[in-house]
Amino acid sequence: MHPARSVIAFTTLSGAGFGVLFWLGLGLPDVTGWVAFAFFAVAYALAAGGLLASTFHLGHPERAWKAFSQWRSSWLSREGVASVAALVVMGVYGAALVFLDTRIAPLGWLGAALALATVYTTSMIYAQMRTVPRWKTPLTPVLFIAVSLAGGALLAGQVTAAMALLAVAGLVQVLWWMRGDGALAASGTDMATATGLGGIGHVRAFAPPHTGSNYLLREFVFVVGRKHAAKLRMIALALGYALPLVLLALPFSHAAAALAAISHLVGIAVSRWLFFAEAEHVVGLYYGAR
Amino acid sequence: MTTLPTSTTRKLGLVIDLDTCVGCHACVVSCKGWNTENYGAPLSDQDPYGADPSGTFLNRVHSYEVQPLATSAMPHPAAQLVHFPKSCLHCEDAPCVTVCPTGASYKRVEDGIVLVNESDCIGCGLCAWACPYGAREMDAAEGVMKKCTLCVDRIYNDNLPEEDRVPACVRTCPAGARHFGDLGNPDSDVSKLVAERDGMDLMPEQGTKPVNQYLPPRPRDTLDEVDVLAPLLDPVAEEPKGFLGWLDRTLERL
Ligand code: SF4
Ligand code: SF4
Repeated sequence: MHPARSVIAFTTLSGAGFGVLFWLGLGLPDVTGWVAFAFFAVAYALAAGGLLASTFHLGHPERAWKAFSQWRSSWLSREGVASVAALVVMGVYGAALVFLDTRIAPLGWLGAALALATVYTTSMIYAQMRTVPRWKTPLTPVLFIAVSLAGGALLAGQVTAAMALLAVAGLVQVLWWMRGDGALAASGTDMATATGLGGIGHVRAFAPPHTGSNYLLREFVFVVGRKHAAKLRMIALALGYALPLVLLALPFSHAAAALAAISHLVGIAVSRWLFFAEAEHVVGLYYGAR
Repeated sequence: MTTLPTSTTRKLGLVIDLDTCVGCHACVVSCKGWNTENYGAPLSDQDPYGADPSGTFLNRVHSYEVQPLATSAMPHPAAQLVHFPKSCLHCEDAPCVTVCPTGASYKRVEDGIVLVNESDCIGCGLCAWACPYGAREMDAAEGVMKKCTLCVDRIYNDNLPEEDRVPACVRTCPAGARHFGDLGNPDSDVSKLVAERDGMDLMPEQGTKPVNQYLPPRPRDTLDEVDVLAPLLDPVAEEPKGFLGWLDRTLERL
């Protein structure tokens, strides 16, 4: 799959942003007034900034509001509904904290649940795709939620929770990669089933439909940079999970905490690049590629 | 509405004969010709005369080489070249429809055709992700999703002569490799053809239940005599007789 910058930015930033909102909804940290304002500003910048980035790759962003209508069948529509609901509920809850110094706890819990639901709906957009065997696994939502909770805890200053969740998320990430490497082969879809010609013999793509490239090849048969996958995985693991863990284990300082957060976000962005670049869409089989 | 109908009255679709397709790409050209100037946005091309041309197509023809396994009876089986036209299969369980967030993609109850309402499409591309067959292409100029409409603007078009009320690809195919009809009716010509020739689903394991069917290529004929000219080169008389025979034997003895 083509790793579109807007989608990588969206899943990385929004994931962290909704993670922070989750912790704020639970009252962790228990802040009010201007301190609360600062936390909410960071969370909203990440969550809403990410959402905004995701509209950049649309062909018709001006019609984006129509995407709220099909929540009965579409995970993308559900994501839209959940994200707006989370932002509105947490907005009211945050305003009460900042301006009234009051914590309306049930509203916070509702907001936290909606923030988590948003991350879940995002992950299901990918996890539902039977056409991309690497994504089609319950591990995908587990990974997205673990990363979001860990990143949220990190940015919300929940050191103990962040350390535990970073370790868990790192582990899920490794498991996800290990499962993913055999996913296409295990899916049972290959050139034989794609063409239905497997019963005759070995199928080889002889001539593509056109000499030039096309939308399908650009969007789905992205193979550039896969050869660096192993190195990039190490970088993602080190920056996204290991380095933040080490920095959190050190005696607390604001510089170390900030560095941990930045390192985490960069690492997650790298892993999200791999999430797309390594994903094999079955349509590639028609072109003899994977 | 992007929830799928539980059943459709008819299942209009194509039957594509991989045995007869000669790979001439006429269906590709006629499809682009009809659909760029009829229903919906035109099918744009980018850099068409330049170094890196590309464009939107609703039907593309691949070619595959299939190498049968060697057997003792056939130690060097010849590879078979199969031309393979591919367009939307108007799946019964169309994953491209259910993922659409706007309701732009839908499957019609009356005939099962899968269509995109372009004025609702936000160009998110998710439906193309969900289609295993590469049947949907985002138009780079319009930013909306394009796909085969089964020439919905031909098949019901009373302004066209009766024989033209079939999809453009079917009408144009010089090899007669494309057939159009109701695959939901077991007595239709296309259904009979599928039954007779063991029509198949592409990627059945993806669970899309495609309506379009592909007829597998039949085994190639084999000839007993490999060299068709050999009988003509046979010696006319094996053993010389008469005077020539005597001469032959005498010369042999010398
Ligand atoms: S072939 Fe692709 S675009 Fe057509 S109905 Fe099936 S899944 Fe949808
Ligand atoms: S590209 Fe258009 S038709 Fe396809 S899922 Fe998005 S909005 Fe629906």
